[in-house]
Amino acid sequence: MHSFGQRANVLLTFAITLLALMCAIASVSDNFNSLSPHAHVQVVNINWFQKKSSGDDEVSLSLNISANLESLFTWNTKQVFVFLAAEYGTPKNALNQISLWDGIIPSREHAKFWIHAYNKYRFIDQGSNLRGKEFNLTLHWHVMPKTGKMFADKIVMSGYRLPQAYR
Amino acid sequence: MDWQGQKLAEHLMQLLLVCFAVVAFITGYMLGSFQMMMLIYAAGVVLTSLLTVPNWPFFNRQALKWLDPSEAEKHPKPQPAISGPKKKTAKK
Repeated sequence: MHSFGQRANVLLTFAITLLALMCAIASVSDNFNSLSPHAHVQVVNINWFQKKSSGDDEVSLSLNISANLESLFTWNTKQVFVFLAAEYGTPKNALNQISLWDGIIPSREHAKFWIHAYNKYRFIDQGSNLRGKEFNLTLHWHVMPKTGKMFADKIVMSGYRLPQAYR
Repeated sequence: MDWQGQKLAEHLMQLLLVCFAVVAFITGYMLGSFQMMMLIYAAGVVLTSLLTVPNWPFFNRQALKWLDPSEAEKHPKPQPAISGPKKKTAKK
Protein backbone atom coordinates (compact mmCIF):
# COMPACT_ATOMS: atom_id res chain seq x y z
CA MET A 1 0.00 0.00 0.00
CA HIS A 2 3.09 2.09 -0.33
CA SER A 3 2.22 3.89 -3.55
CA PHE A 4 -0.75 5.05 -5.59
CA GLY A 5 -0.25 2.34 -8.20
CA GLN A 6 0.04 -0.37 -5.57
CA ARG A 7 -3.18 0.67 -3.85
CA ALA A 8 -5.03 0.88 -7.16
CA ASN A 9 -3.78 -2.58 -8.09
CA VAL A 10 -4.83 -4.13 -4.77
CA LEU A 11 -8.25 -2.50 -4.96
CA LEU A 12 -9.00 -3.66 -8.50
CA THR A 13 -7.82 -7.22 -7.86
CA PHE A 14 -9.84 -7.56 -4.69
CA ALA A 15 -12.91 -5.99 -6.29
CA ILE A 16 -12.82 -8.42 -9.22
CA THR A 17 -12.31 -11.40 -6.91
CA LEU A 18 -15.39 -10.38 -4.92
CA LEU A 19 -17.32 -9.96 -8.17
CA ALA A 20 -16.43 -13.52 -9.19
CA LEU A 21 -17.62 -14.74 -5.79
CA MET A 22 -20.93 -12.88 -6.14
CA CYS A 23 -21.52 -14.39 -9.58
CA ALA A 24 -20.77 -17.89 -8.30
CA ILE A 25 -23.25 -17.50 -5.44
CA ALA A 26 -25.83 -16.08 -7.86
CA SER A 27 -25.44 -19.20 -10.00
CA VAL A 28 -25.81 -21.48 -6.95
CA SER A 29 -28.99 -19.63 -6.01
CA ASP A 30 -30.56 -20.86 -9.26
CA ASN A 31 -30.67 -24.36 -7.78
CA PHE A 32 -33.30 -23.24 -5.27
CA ASN A 33 -35.78 -22.40 -7.99
CA SER A 34 -38.93 -24.55 -7.88
CA LEU A 35 -39.94 -25.43 -11.43
CA SER A 36 -43.46 -25.96 -12.78
CA PRO A 37 -43.40 -25.78 -16.56
CA HIS A 38 -46.40 -26.79 -18.64
CA ALA A 39 -46.63 -27.52 -22.33
CA HIS A 40 -49.09 -28.92 -24.86
CA VAL A 41 -48.65 -29.56 -28.58
CA GLN A 42 -51.40 -30.34 -31.01
CA VAL A 43 -50.82 -31.52 -34.57
CA VAL A 44 -53.47 -29.50 -36.37
CA ASN A 45 -52.88 -30.82 -39.85
CA ILE A 46 -50.65 -33.04 -41.93
CA ASN A 47 -50.04 -30.70 -44.85
CA TRP A 48 -48.36 -33.26 -47.05
CA PHE A 49 -46.60 -36.59 -46.68
CA GLN A 50 -44.39 -37.79 -49.56
CA LYS A 51 -41.58 -40.10 -50.41
CA LYS A 52 -38.84 -38.03 -51.99
CA SER A 53 -36.85 -39.03 -55.05
CA SER A 54 -33.96 -39.96 -52.76
CA GLY A 55 -36.18 -42.61 -51.15
CA ASP A 56 -36.58 -40.76 -47.83
CA ASP A 57 -39.96 -39.90 -46.35
CA GLU A 58 -40.82 -36.28 -45.64
CA VAL A 59 -43.83 -34.84 -43.83
CA SER A 60 -45.00 -31.28 -43.28
CA LEU A 61 -47.00 -30.52 -40.15
CA SER A 62 -49.06 -27.65 -38.83
CA LEU A 63 -48.62 -27.37 -35.08
CA ASN A 64 -50.28 -25.57 -32.19
CA ILE A 65 -47.63 -25.17 -29.49
CA SER A 66 -48.75 -23.75 -26.15
CA ALA A 67 -46.52 -23.54 -23.10
CA ASN A 68 -46.10 -21.78 -19.79
CA LEU A 69 -42.39 -21.59 -18.93
CA GLU A 70 -42.60 -18.64 -16.54
CA SER A 71 -41.35 -20.63 -13.54
CA LEU A 72 -38.04 -21.30 -15.31
CA PHE A 73 -36.99 -17.65 -15.09
CA THR A 74 -34.89 -16.45 -12.14
CA TRP A 75 -33.12 -13.15 -11.47
CA ASN A 76 -30.07 -14.74 -13.06
CA THR A 77 -31.73 -15.79 -16.33
CA LYS A 78 -30.65 -14.20 -19.58
CA GLN A 79 -33.00 -16.12 -21.89
CA VAL A 80 -34.61 -19.52 -22.39
CA PHE A 81 -33.95 -21.42 -25.61
CA VAL A 82 -36.80 -23.81 -26.38
CA PHE A 83 -37.14 -26.35 -29.17
CA LEU A 84 -39.59 -29.08 -30.17
CA ALA A 85 -38.26 -32.45 -31.31
CA ALA A 86 -40.04 -35.42 -32.85
CA GLU A 87 -38.79 -38.75 -31.50
CA TYR A 88 -39.36 -42.24 -32.88
CA GLY A 89 -37.55 -45.53 -33.52
CA THR A 90 -36.82 -47.31 -36.79
CA PRO A 91 -35.16 -50.64 -37.66
CA LYS A 92 -32.08 -48.69 -38.76
CA ASN A 93 -31.85 -46.26 -35.79
CA ALA A 94 -33.04 -47.08 -32.27
CA LEU A 95 -33.83 -43.41 -31.67
CA ASN A 96 -34.38 -40.61 -34.14
CA GLN A 97 -34.70 -37.04 -32.88
CA ILE A 98 -35.65 -34.33 -35.33
CA SER A 99 -35.88 -30.69 -34.34
CA LEU A 100 -39.06 -29.25 -35.82
CA TRP A 101 -39.25 -25.79 -34.30
CA ASP A 102 -37.23 -23.58 -31.95
CA GLY A 103 -37.44 -20.16 -30.39
CA ILE A 104 -35.83 -17.85 -27.89
CA ILE A 105 -37.79 -16.49 -24.94
CA PRO A 106 -36.06 -13.28 -23.87
CA SER A 107 -37.94 -12.61 -20.62
CA ARG A 108 -40.53 -13.88 -18.21
CA GLU A 109 -43.23 -11.78 -19.83
CA HIS A 110 -42.89 -13.75 -23.07
CA ALA A 111 -42.73 -17.16 -21.37
CA LYS A 112 -46.45 -17.94 -21.55
CA PHE A 113 -47.17 -18.38 -25.24
CA TRP A 114 -49.36 -20.02 -27.85
CA ILE A 115 -48.21 -20.24 -31.42
CA HIS A 116 -49.52 -21.76 -34.58
CA ALA A 117 -46.65 -22.73 -36.86
CA TYR A 118 -45.48 -24.99 -39.62
CA ASN A 119 -42.46 -27.07 -38.73
CA LYS A 120 -39.55 -24.66 -39.10
CA TYR A 121 -37.12 -27.41 -39.98
CA ARG A 122 -37.88 -30.24 -42.37
CA PHE A 123 -39.12 -33.52 -40.97
CA ILE A 124 -37.19 -36.00 -43.15
CA ASP A 125 -36.58 -39.62 -42.22
CA GLN A 126 -33.43 -41.60 -42.99
CA GLY A 127 -35.32 -44.08 -45.10
CA SER A 128 -38.96 -44.77 -45.68
CA ASN A 129 -40.29 -45.66 -42.24
CA LEU A 130 -42.81 -42.95 -41.46
CA ARG A 131 -46.08 -44.45 -42.69
CA GLY A 132 -48.29 -45.15 -39.68
CA LYS A 133 -45.38 -44.26 -37.38
CA GLU A 134 -46.06 -43.48 -33.74
CA PHE A 135 -43.89 -40.66 -32.43
CA ASN A 136 -43.33 -38.48 -29.36
CA LEU A 137 -43.11 -34.71 -29.43
CA THR A 138 -40.65 -33.50 -26.82
CA LEU A 139 -40.32 -29.87 -25.80
CA HIS A 140 -36.73 -29.21 -24.69
CA TRP A 141 -35.51 -26.03 -23.02
CA HIS A 142 -32.17 -24.57 -22.04
CA VAL A 143 -32.27 -21.93 -19.30
CA MET A 144 -29.29 -19.71 -20.14
CA PRO A 145 -28.02 -17.76 -17.15
CA LYS A 146 -26.46 -14.33 -16.90
CA THR A 147 -23.60 -15.99 -15.00
CA GLY A 148 -22.90 -19.61 -14.17
CA LYS A 149 -24.50 -22.96 -14.89
CA MET A 150 -27.03 -23.61 -17.65
CA PHE A 151 -29.97 -25.89 -16.87
CA ALA A 152 -31.67 -28.06 -19.48
CA ASP A 153 -34.76 -30.23 -19.22
CA LYS A 154 -37.71 -31.43 -21.27
CA ILE A 155 -41.36 -32.51 -21.34
CA VAL A 156 -42.23 -35.62 -23.36
CA MET A 157 -45.65 -35.70 -25.00
CA SER A 158 -46.60 -38.99 -26.55
CA GLY A 159 -49.46 -40.37 -28.57
CA TYR A 160 -48.91 -38.84 -32.00
CA ARG A 161 -49.18 -40.93 -35.13
CA LEU A 162 -48.52 -40.29 -38.80
CA PRO A 163 -51.05 -41.47 -41.42
CA GLN A 164 -50.77 -44.90 -43.01
CA ALA A 165 -50.67 -43.60 -46.58
CA TYR A 166 -48.91 -40.78 -48.39
CA ARG A 167 -50.94 -37.69 -49.19
CA MET B 1 1.40 7.52 3.39
CA ASP B 2 2.92 6.58 6.73
CA TRP B 3 2.82 3.04 8.08
CA GLN B 4 -0.34 3.50 10.12
CA GLY B 5 -1.95 5.18 7.15
CA GLN B 6 -1.16 2.24 4.90
CA LYS B 7 -2.63 -0.15 7.43
CA LEU B 8 -5.75 2.00 7.69
CA ALA B 9 -6.05 2.21 3.91
CA GLU B 10 -5.80 -1.56 3.51
CA HIS B 11 -8.34 -2.38 6.25
CA LEU B 12 -10.73 0.32 5.04
CA MET B 13 -10.51 -0.93 1.46
CA GLN B 14 -11.21 -4.55 2.37
CA LEU B 15 -14.06 -3.67 4.73
CA LEU B 16 -15.78 -1.31 2.29
CA LEU B 17 -15.54 -3.69 -0.67
CA VAL B 18 -16.87 -6.66 1.29
CA CYS B 19 -19.74 -4.59 2.73
CA PHE B 20 -20.71 -3.27 -0.68
CA ALA B 21 -20.55 -6.78 -2.16
CA VAL B 22 -22.85 -8.16 0.53
CA VAL B 23 -25.31 -5.26 0.28
CA ALA B 24 -25.29 -5.43 -3.53
CA PHE B 25 -25.96 -9.16 -3.58
CA ILE B 26 -28.76 -9.07 -1.02
CA THR B 27 -30.43 -6.10 -2.68
CA GLY B 28 -30.18 -7.67 -6.12
CA TYR B 29 -31.53 -10.99 -4.86
CA MET B 30 -34.44 -9.40 -3.01
CA LEU B 31 -35.40 -7.19 -5.93
CA GLY B 32 -34.83 -9.97 -8.45
CA SER B 33 -32.62 -7.65 -10.45
CA PHE B 34 -29.13 -8.65 -11.55
CA GLN B 35 -28.58 -5.16 -12.89
CA MET B 36 -29.26 -3.62 -9.47
CA MET B 37 -26.55 -5.79 -7.92
CA MET B 38 -24.01 -4.72 -10.53
CA LEU B 39 -24.89 -1.03 -10.19
CA ILE B 40 -24.63 -0.98 -6.40
CA TYR B 41 -21.34 -2.88 -6.50
CA ALA B 42 -19.87 -0.61 -9.19
CA ALA B 43 -20.81 2.45 -7.14
CA GLY B 44 -19.18 0.83 -4.12
CA VAL B 45 -15.94 0.16 -5.99
CA VAL B 46 -15.77 3.76 -7.21
CA LEU B 47 -16.46 5.12 -3.72
CA THR B 48 -13.85 2.88 -2.13
CA SER B 49 -11.23 3.84 -4.67
CA LEU B 50 -11.89 7.54 -4.07
CA LEU B 51 -11.54 7.01 -0.34
CA THR B 52 -8.49 4.73 -0.07
CA VAL B 53 -6.30 5.14 -3.15
CA PRO B 54 -5.37 8.85 -3.18
CA ASN B 55 -2.90 10.06 -0.57
CA TRP B 56 -5.34 11.87 1.72
CA PRO B 57 -4.02 13.87 4.71
CA PHE B 58 -5.72 11.62 7.27
CA PHE B 59 -3.46 8.81 6.12
CA ASN B 60 -0.44 10.87 7.19
CA ARG B 61 -1.29 11.70 10.80
CA GLN B 62 1.53 9.73 12.40
CA ALA B 63 4.61 10.99 10.61
CA LEU B 64 7.60 8.69 10.12
CA LYS B 65 10.43 9.25 12.59
CA TRP B 66 13.65 9.97 10.75
CA LEU B 67 16.91 10.07 12.74
CA ASP B 68 18.30 13.49 13.73
CA PRO B 69 21.33 14.47 11.52
CA SER B 70 23.60 15.03 14.57
CA GLU B 71 22.70 11.58 15.89
CA ALA B 72 23.74 10.13 12.56
CA GLU B 73 27.20 11.76 12.76
CA LYS B 74 27.99 9.95 16.00
CA HIS B 75 27.82 6.67 14.16
CA PRO B 76 30.08 7.10 11.17
CA LYS B 77 29.95 4.74 8.26
CA PRO B 78 32.77 2.17 8.37
CA GLN B 79 35.68 3.10 6.03
CA PRO B 80 36.85 0.54 3.46
CA ALA B 81 40.14 -1.21 4.46
CA ILE B 82 43.34 0.50 3.04
CA SER B 83 45.64 -2.10 1.39
CA GLY B 84 49.41 -1.52 2.02
CA PRO B 85 52.04 -2.02 4.77
CA LYS B 86 50.33 -2.48 8.05
CA LYS B 87 51.28 0.27 10.39
CA LYS B 88 49.83 1.04 13.70
CA THR B 89 47.86 4.06 12.80
CA ALA B 90 44.92 5.21 14.74
CA LYS B 91 41.88 5.57 12.59
CA LYS B 92 39.52 8.39 13.26
